[in-house]
Amino acid sequence: MMELLEVKNLSKHYKNFDLKDISFTLPKGYIMGYVGANGSGKTTTLNLITGVLKCVEGDVRIDGLSREKGEQAYKEKIGYVGDESYFPDHFKIKHIRNVIKDFYPTFSEDKFNGFIRNWNLPENKLIKDFSRGMKVMLMFASVLARDTKLLVLDEATNGLDPVMRTEILKLLQEYVMDGERSVIFSTHILSDLEQIADYIYFIHRGRTILYDAKDELIENFLLVKGESAKIPPALKKELIGLEEKTYGFEAILPSDKAELLGNAFLFEKPTIDQIVIHYIKSREEQ
Amino acid sequence: MKIIISNQSELPIYAQIREQLKEQILNGQIPEGETLPSIRQLAKEVGVSVITTTRAYSELEAEGFIATMQGKGSVVLPTDNNLLREQYLLRIEEGLSTAIETAKTMGMSKDELTDIFHNLLET
Repeated sequence: MMELLEVKNLSKHYKNFDLKDISFTLPKGYIMGYVGANGSGKTTTLNLITGVLKCVEGDVRIDGLSREKGEQAYKEKIGYVGDESYFPDHFKIKHIRNVIKDFYPTFSEDKFNGFIRNWNLPENKLIKDFSRGMKVMLMFASVLARDTKLLVLDEATNGLDPVMRTEILKLLQEYVMDGERSVIFSTHILSDLEQIADYIYFIHRGRTILYDAKDELIENFLLVKGESAKIPPALKKELIGLEEKTYGFEAILPSDKAELLGNAFLFEKPTIDQIVIHYIKSREEQ
Repeated sequence: MKIIISNQSELPIYAQIREQLKEQILNGQIPEGETLPSIRQLAKEVGVSVITTTRAYSELEAEGFIATMQGKGSVVLPTDNNLLREQYLLRIEEGLSTAIETAKTMGMSKDELTDIFHNLLET
């Protein structure tokens, strides 16, 4: 059993929004970035995975187990960190410790206390007086102190300072270190998270746009720049998300079409964000 | 052993890792018989994805620089003279090709280029 997370034909219908036919697998020991603009369906997907939303159309399995087969065992496998603290404002750390201990059999008090000490989280303050960064680290502490298989992060590093983000990157890499556990994180900007992601799944308006190993994506595309007037028709057909500005254009081109470029254009290795931006642009134009 | 990743480099990250390890194996900084860090360890230390380090290692293995054994990790193989020679030959060819390309761009004749080559050899 190599796959830790299997998502098959996942759909969800709302009045103003459809999530349609999301399918992917995430092998054990790997990290996936689930990328899309705000409102593209990232949180809906993650909520269907964690079981917060009921999965009516499609199928989700974690470590081979579906939610219907055993709700408690399924939830035990998941650690979730969101962009907002889910702890009651009037709680202190000790209250949280007691609640989680009762709720999750695998919760290790020693591990939890270790994280609290390492990250200097204040035992005597109310949660409402925690900074955003402290709240996020507290969520990580409560999740990492349990024996989980899948870490689900919904925009968890939004608004954190670079030092804390770096700390979290290390935590995620440690989490998958034994090759048995996996991470899926959603984000609308990739930046530093891009470095450690093995796979990228990119959705727009509830639809799948790209899904591949990150290294493949970066190799499969070129970022092309140059003078708009010089673009030959054969090349123009292949450019994705052509953005024409006053003094030049920018677009993405599949690497296997590189021979169309000739010498007139500048091309370089794109970042995932650049691929994403031009892909969104091409979809908006259709 | 050291690995420094540049985000500005035209080389993909896996190739940067591969080349830097190769360099250090060839010049003896990483001696034969040494066990390299595991793929996952290296990914964490360098701060890159596991797929990236996996590719770097499998290419080093394909080129005969390391051998990966189940449970033992990746070990640096003795660099035999043929391999070393091949690597240097490759670099010489690359360097000369760059010179030839540049000469072609400016329309320099074959004789002129060979003259430069011979002059440089003498110095």
